[in-house]
Amino acid sequence: MPVIDLAITPLRDLNSALHAIPQGSNDIAFEVVNPRGSHAVAVGIDAPVTVDVKGSVGYYCAGMNDGGSVTVHGSAGPGVAENMMSGKVVIEGDASQYAGATGRGGLLVIKGNAASRCGISMKGIDIVVHGSIGHMSAFMGQSGHLVVLGDAGEALGDSLYEAKLFVRGTVKSLGSDCMEKEMRPEHLTKLAELFEMAGITGVRPEEFKRYGSARKLYNFNIDNADAY
Amino acid sequence: MCGIVGLFLKDRSLEPQLGALLSDMLITMTDRGPDSAGIAIYGAPAPGKTKITLQSATPGPDFTKLEGALAEVGLRASVTVKNTHAVLEVDAGQGEETRAALARLRPGIRVMGSGDSVEIYKETGLPKDVVSRFDVRSMGGTHGIGHTRMATESAVTTLGAHPFSTGADQCLVHNGSLSNHNNLRRELVREGMIFETQNDSEVAAAYLTAEMAKGKDLGQALESALDDLDGFFTFVVGTKSGFGVVRDPIACKPAVMAETDQYVAFGSEYRALVNLPGIEKARVWEPEPATVYFWDHEKAA
Amino acid sequence: MSYHNPYTPPRKSATFDDYTLAEIRRAAATGIYDIRGAGTKRKVPHFDDLLFLGASISRYPLEGYRERCDTSVVLGTRFAKKPIRLKTPITIAGMSFGALSGPAKEALGRGATIAGTSTTTGDGGMTDEERGHSETLVYQYLPSRYGMNPKDLRRADAIEVVVGQGAKPGGGGMLLGQKISDRVAEMRTLPKGIDQRSACRHPDWTGPDDLEIKILELREITDWEKPIYVKVGGARPYYDTALAVKAGADVVVLDGMQGGTAATQDVFIEHVGMPTLACIRPAVQALQDLGMHRKVQLIISGGVRSGADVAKALALGADAVAIGTAALVALGDNDPRWEEEYQKLGTTAGAYDDWHEGKDPAGITTQDPELMKRLDPIAAGRRLANFLKVMTLEAQTIARACGKNHLHNLEPEDLCALTIEASAMAQVPLAGTSWIPGKGGF
Repeated sequence: MPVIDLAITPLRDLNSALHAIPQGSNDIAFEVVNPRGSHAVAVGIDAPVTVDVKGSVGYYCAGMNDGGSVTVHGSAGPGVAENMMSGKVVIEGDASQYAGATGRGGLLVIKGNAASRCGISMKGIDIVVHGSIGHMSAFMGQSGHLVVLGDAGEALGDSLYEAKLFVRGTVKSLGSDCMEKEMRPEHLTKLAELFEMAGITGVRPEEFKRYGSARKLYNFNIDNADAY
Repeated sequence: MCGIVGLFLKDRSLEPQLGALLSDMLITMTDRGPDSAGIAIYGAPAPGKTKITLQSATPGPDFTKLEGALAEVGLRASVTVKNTHAVLEVDAGQGEETRAALARLRPGIRVMGSGDSVEIYKETGLPKDVVSRFDVRSMGGTHGIGHTRMATESAVTTLGAHPFSTGADQCLVHNGSLSNHNNLRRELVREGMIFETQNDSEVAAAYLTAEMAKGKDLGQALESALDDLDGFFTFVVGTKSGFGVVRDPIACKPAVMAETDQYVAFGSEYRALVNLPGIEKARVWEPEPATVYFWDHEKAA
Repeated sequence: MSYHNPYTPPRKSATFDDYTLAEIRRAAATGIYDIRGAGTKRKVPHFDDLLFLGASISRYPLEGYRERCDTSVVLGTRFAKKPIRLKTPITIAGMSFGALSGPAKEALGRGATIAGTSTTTGDGGMTDEERGHSETLVYQYLPSRYGMNPKDLRRADAIEVVVGQGAKPGGGGMLLGQKISDRVAEMRTLPKGIDQRSACRHPDWTGPDDLEIKILELREITDWEKPIYVKVGGARPYYDTALAVKAGADVVVLDGMQGGTAATQDVFIEHVGMPTLACIRPAVQALQDLGMHRKVQLIISGGVRSGADVAKALALGADAVAIGTAALVALGDNDPRWEEEYQKLGTTAGAYDDWHEGKDPAGITTQDPELMKRLDPIAAGRRLANFLKVMTLEAQTIARACGKNHLHNLEPEDLCALTIEASAMAQVPLAGTSWIPGKGGF
């Protein structure tokens, strides 16, 4: 298993090694030590590699991940797993703002809290947060699921499109065009499935409330101008 | 646009290391702002004395024989020169008189800040160079703030570097950019505030000073800043015994805080905090939007 | 003798002119601001207000067709392993699939490729058609991130981080429901038929300090191969250019207010941003102050229509230009051959700007399958290639006349200005004088 020490190895070498995995290679488990808040760690992965990052990372860790499995044994800076395509990213600690921004697929699990704008502009990614999320989360969320076991901050789901939001705790306030919606059987099933994928036990789907788009801003109407 | 750091020590045994810890934090933030850097250190106040930090583009002629020149006009001052800066220690109560005398005797000198305990050092250049120029590492103290700048719309000069002094023992560093500072500056000028730069952050600093002159404490002044300042900002401010943080209501400029039994620390990024003792076990969080955070040695004691 | 009042003709207000009155009535009736495509229609100081001096006795011209005048340009030489090499400094600006039909995007790719230049994607992602037909393709990285994915990032030749555009600095986009077809909806992950609002800020960074880190991430994902452009609208060009350079851009794209858009509020198009002419010198000054002129390349866009405009932009310090509206016209946009249909839409050829409505008779700004068929991408691509080549020849002709063996050797001193406004903005002397108003600062 390649161990890359970012205290001595340049970031560029780590990422280019991750981009140059030969087809059928068995050497696909990487360990990264001494990340010390570095930016752009393990970005642009396009193969089913496993990366264990021992420590905290800066901006955009696992950005655009496509098929890799990245675990951060620490906390993550802004934009972790931004624009993820597929695969899995797990943050053992907390995540800063913009976690999972514009993600199109795959699963992002945050075991601690996520800060503001978690799931901003999400486009198909599934995000599971064990703790709480900050303000303006799922802003302009287009598709995918955001599951929060704790509480949500202000303006949840502002200008939401079709992303589905599930919160177990309290929601400080809902953003424009976001409303609580009925929890139907398919949503309970989906939640159970996401719990399984995220390795969550001891939590029941029935404990969550669902939030989605009120769809009032889908076509412009001057009488909704106060919402802009 | 910038990198900010701040460190407020709760554990007195760390005080000798304040300068070294803060220097490392600031150097880590170099990428966020390569234009200029500055640091404010709150050290032990000398009883009955006031400190004035001075800067000069021609430190040789300006600082040489300064003590004597001040003595000639009846002002007792000790002068410690550090590169382009000098710290004057004068009798408490003679601060204003000394500043007036300096303006006459050495018009090239600029006052970076003054108070019982604060010393402010700032220059153009990278944090590592600025820190070593002023030997910040060797400095002890109770708390301090630092800044590394990527200039947006105002000039890259020493005076345009942060921290901006906001009054006796008060200073501020800023990440972001304000969008109503020109109007606000005009109002403050009408009220009698004097500005050294075209920098938006100096307006924020002067605004806080003006609000506090009206009787507000720093926490209240920061609360009113949330109503009166438009744009994007994360501020870290220092007072003689306190340390505060506030972010604008949109709060998209980065900010990370950490607290242990030994300290409260602020960094624009987590990277700035990684060398602090016991960081692995610290409570780490991001300050909420439009929320004032404030720690005070005097109130804590 | 009876007295007759002499006839006084009715006098219309200059302030409340016919257009203004109609706008007030339209807003009152519909309750929506006017949304339209294209760029500003008001008259602003422009390249037309500048002239080249040419050579005579004090300087010597080059012989046309025989003595070489090079037009090539290399973009992205600062950090990228694979800079972009173009035969002509006239590139095609970003325009989205969605705003434009598939055949129109294909035609842009074909035309640009024949002429040896690049084309650019837009807010909506990269299509196989345009990648396949474009030898050199710049991939836009936009606030909406519609269609953004690492595969397309890697198959692009350069990446353009879009911060703003000249038609609307500080604003986002608007694609009305009529144009969100099945394919557009799928590419943008949106429900079909909704009005799509594009963000004005990037979702995961704000400001130059964060941009530096975003650029690092894009470079790491693409192994430092691709040039990274940063595109800004003409707002505060000195600062914006300087900050783009500090954030690590290889190329700065600066789009003045005459730059087109697929759809934005008219009030934005007409009232926000600076004329292209006024943007160039401050941007060049910023590059010079940082010691980066010609090291970080500057692409100017917004109302570039001819070889003369190209030569003038280059003389003022740009390395290349980008065209959008002019390219669409070359493809067949607003062609009088469709006049009857323009009339039915309540407009006329040359004024049609309801690009967002998807009813373009020329089949360019539409997703309607029947209208799209009207544009033959091969023939339209050929027209664009012809136009690009003519512009290049025109710029070359001017450069030779000024005694230059390369377009890049044109200088501000080769120009004079016809108006005080243009003289002040371009910082070249008023014709026949040595006077430049306001010289000495921005």
